[in-house]
Amino acid sequence: MTDHATAPLLCVRGLTTTLRTDTSEFDAVSDVSITIGRGEAVALVGESGCGKSLTALSLMRLLPSVARLSPPTSVTFDGVDLATQDDAEMRKARGRKMAMIFQDPLTFLNPVMRIGDQVTEAIRVHNVLTKAEASQLALESLERVRITAPAQVMRYYPHQLSGGMRQRILIAMAISCKPELLIADEPTTALDVTIQAQIMDLLADLRRELGSSMLLITHDMGLVAEYVDRVYVMYAGEIVEEASVFDLFAAPKHPYTQALLKSSLSVDRRTEVFETIAGVPPNLANAPKGCRFHPRCPVAIERCAREHPGFTDMGNAQRARCLLLEEGA
Amino acid sequence: MSVVEPLAATEVAEMPSAWRIFRRNRMSVFGLVLIVILAVLALLGPWIAPFSPYSTTAGPVMAPPGAPHWLGTDELGRDIFSRVLLGTRTSLLVGLAAAFIATFVGITVGALSGYFTGWIDDVIMRVTEVFQVIPRFFLAIVLVSFFGANLVNIILAISLLSWPELARIVRAEFLTLRSRQFVDAARVCGAGAMWLVFVEILPNALAPVIVNATLQVGQAMLLEAGLSYLGVGDPSQISLGMMLQQAQQIMRAAWWATLFPGVALAIAVLAINIVGDGLNDVFSPRSRER
Amino acid sequence: MTGTRLLLYALRRLLQAVPMIVIILIVNFFLIHSAPGDPVDVLTGSMETSEEYIAELRAEFGLDKPLVQQLGIYLWKAAHFDLGYSMRYRQDVTGLILSRLPATLLLMGTALVFSSFLGIMLGVFAARRPYSLSDNAVTFIALAGYSMPVFWLGQILLLIFAVQLQWFPVQGMFSLRVPSHGWARFADLMHHLALPAITYSVYHLTLIYRLTRVKMQETLTLDFCTTARAKGLSEASVVRRHALPNAMLPVVTVIGLNFGFMLAGSVLTETVFAWPGTGRLLYEAINARDYPVLLGLFTFLSLMVILANVLTDIIYALIDPRVTYS
Repeated sequence: MTDHATAPLLCVRGLTTTLRTDTSEFDAVSDVSITIGRGEAVALVGESGCGKSLTALSLMRLLPSVARLSPPTSVTFDGVDLATQDDAEMRKARGRKMAMIFQDPLTFLNPVMRIGDQVTEAIRVHNVLTKAEASQLALESLERVRITAPAQVMRYYPHQLSGGMRQRILIAMAISCKPELLIADEPTTALDVTIQAQIMDLLADLRRELGSSMLLITHDMGLVAEYVDRVYVMYAGEIVEEASVFDLFAAPKHPYTQALLKSSLSVDRRTEVFETIAGVPPNLANAPKGCRFHPRCPVAIERCAREHPGFTDMGNAQRARCLLLEEGA
Repeated sequence: MSVVEPLAATEVAEMPSAWRIFRRNRMSVFGLVLIVILAVLALLGPWIAPFSPYSTTAGPVMAPPGAPHWLGTDELGRDIFSRVLLGTRTSLLVGLAAAFIATFVGITVGALSGYFTGWIDDVIMRVTEVFQVIPRFFLAIVLVSFFGANLVNIILAISLLSWPELARIVRAEFLTLRSRQFVDAARVCGAGAMWLVFVEILPNALAPVIVNATLQVGQAMLLEAGLSYLGVGDPSQISLGMMLQQAQQIMRAAWWATLFPGVALAIAVLAINIVGDGLNDVFSPRSRER
Repeated sequence: MTGTRLLLYALRRLLQAVPMIVIILIVNFFLIHSAPGDPVDVLTGSMETSEEYIAELRAEFGLDKPLVQQLGIYLWKAAHFDLGYSMRYRQDVTGLILSRLPATLLLMGTALVFSSFLGIMLGVFAARRPYSLSDNAVTFIALAGYSMPVFWLGQILLLIFAVQLQWFPVQGMFSLRVPSHGWARFADLMHHLALPAITYSVYHLTLIYRLTRVKMQETLTLDFCTTARAKGLSEASVVRRHALPNAMLPVVTVIGLNFGFMLAGSVLTETVFAWPGTGRLLYEAINARDYPVLLGLFTFLSLMVILANVLTDIIYALIDPRVTYS
């Protein structure tokens, strides 16, 4: 028996998500391992299309019908393996144990349902309450995400609110059942810069209030530096580096991480961050042999095209998938 | 111009893949085979009909199905099989002709509207709206009963009422296509308006046109049957709708007179709709990915 | 979104429909004048009439006056719901149509409620298991129903259930000997209504089914359904509370836009079953060459289609909060 208080909240091992198309099957997420401690904030960074959003959906088991989890996936949450749980149990976990905050606050809200009903619904799924009680709790959730005149907003429809307000609503729904883990998938990409900071500060405050852990999915290294404790870097469906925020920024080990940091520091935060990395991310349907990054890697050696690198432990809980590290270069 | 080349290349590559996607759907292939069989039967109808479809001395009155009248005879002793053959022929003729005219008018109107935009577009779209609101079945009834119940009028009435949908589709395609690079490229090269419309833009808007035209054939056949059933069909032609109207008088005595003409019509329309659905699958981007 | 604002919106939509109504009336007017022969022949409806009556008609419609003035007279009459007079029925056309309207509305209303309800249920069911065996089977049946001439379906149902099995009456709306009111009369009416209503439902049912299925499939993959699932809602709740209300928006539009087709279906169905509604009246008018009734019906049915479009817009505004009333 592990000690409940010290065991990590979420322990993902070998997460593999297979996509099926008309002509082929391939792993869009392969062998991803992530650990999140209680109260810890962790980031998953990478270019768009690298599989980070799919990873989040895999954790929640909210995959579209063309995708499925494949062995050796295990997702241990609070000592229970979610990957093998039946659908009814999984439903109980969603929203109550782990909740998700999505990217685009307009499309992720039901356009023909009042805000109040959408928030109240999130509460009533997991609690036996009268309508009035649930509605009171919903009101409190809206207050908690600092919406002014919450009673009025409850009667609004999504299109009547600003982008920042809508994102607050999504957050209010996510925290309404006080989940232990918040998964935030690019929560600020659709918003203005000034609103971005407000939303991120709000998330940080709420996390402290509730004592929840957070998995922040983003491509914005600026957010990573400011708001999380540890970082996983993802490239072409796999984790290529894992480190504390301090180590990652001070001494990135993987050439991809290095390129990421260089490009994000040199350009304005708002513009697409990775455009200065030469080449394009690979098509996962036929990922390159050997190291997946080698076609774009500035320091690749001949071995990189042949051999798929494993992790090299760099001490201090930092590790990276690069053959150069193995060679001691 | 280099912008035009890659597009042309994909066009060529698409042709075999379109057939491949279509073929994958067994239903559509089945529908296509049915249509071919029906078309052949209709074309050869007058020669393969075992009896004269007009002859009242072909057999006994209201003979049940069996040799030599495989589908029985009607109240005047006419051979139903022969009449169904000829009726299907009329039906297909009306369907194809009406769909052809409607498609032609629809493409022309839609292309003009979508290419020129501005006030020409405004006027055309207002007119199209009026035609969409007027219940076309009733206008067809009024037109045919005023101007004479003959095949040409029926075809014209049906096609006159069937083009607005297609015009809207073509116009929408044009509005998105006309701003594309390859159209600009052709314009820079000094291509005239007509050239642009018919050579550069139209081929690219063809997919939804083909699907719509296919479904129009079936719709026109049903409209024609409805008109003749109500008594505004061409009395000099054998039509399935008219056969069904006459069959209702002898329904209690001769069920076969009601059953077979309807079966023929339903199969023909169903086959066309199946092919239309199959084509729709081929051309819709979502099924491409599947 | 108060009641008064909705009322104002409804009024404005009605006003916007007026030009369309006028255009239809003008089309109608020119139909009378473009028909081969004397317009009086059209107005008398091929009935043998006295010289006095013809002279009366000429004066009434101002047939000796310029065309524009005739059009003015025609529009003026139409604005007063005067659609002409049928010599055959010895009744004004408006009154004749109105007397036949309840039967049509009963048939259409019953079939519409029944087919919408069933079509949506089947569509939702099929959308949840796309491309399964049952989905494919239902889809094929729907396509078959959609491809069948509606009057032939009616004839086949008549053959089986009225002629062979004798479960239902063959034609009409009431039996000859039934009480003039009370439950027995109502039961008799329902007994007569069953076959025509089923016939008429089939085409409409397949249309709604096909549309619901496609729209539900699309909606279930939308982002807000993912949000709902992430809250912990069961798939059934996601369908009922989130996907269905959104998928219904385009379905409502299509039902409204198809009203013209539905009227066509009702004419054919009424003809098969000798159901004494406006459709049957049209059939009688065609075969008697009763042009005043034919044209009156055309005007009247066009008007119904326009009103149905306005009504659809209003219903849409009621169920979609994003519609602004401006």
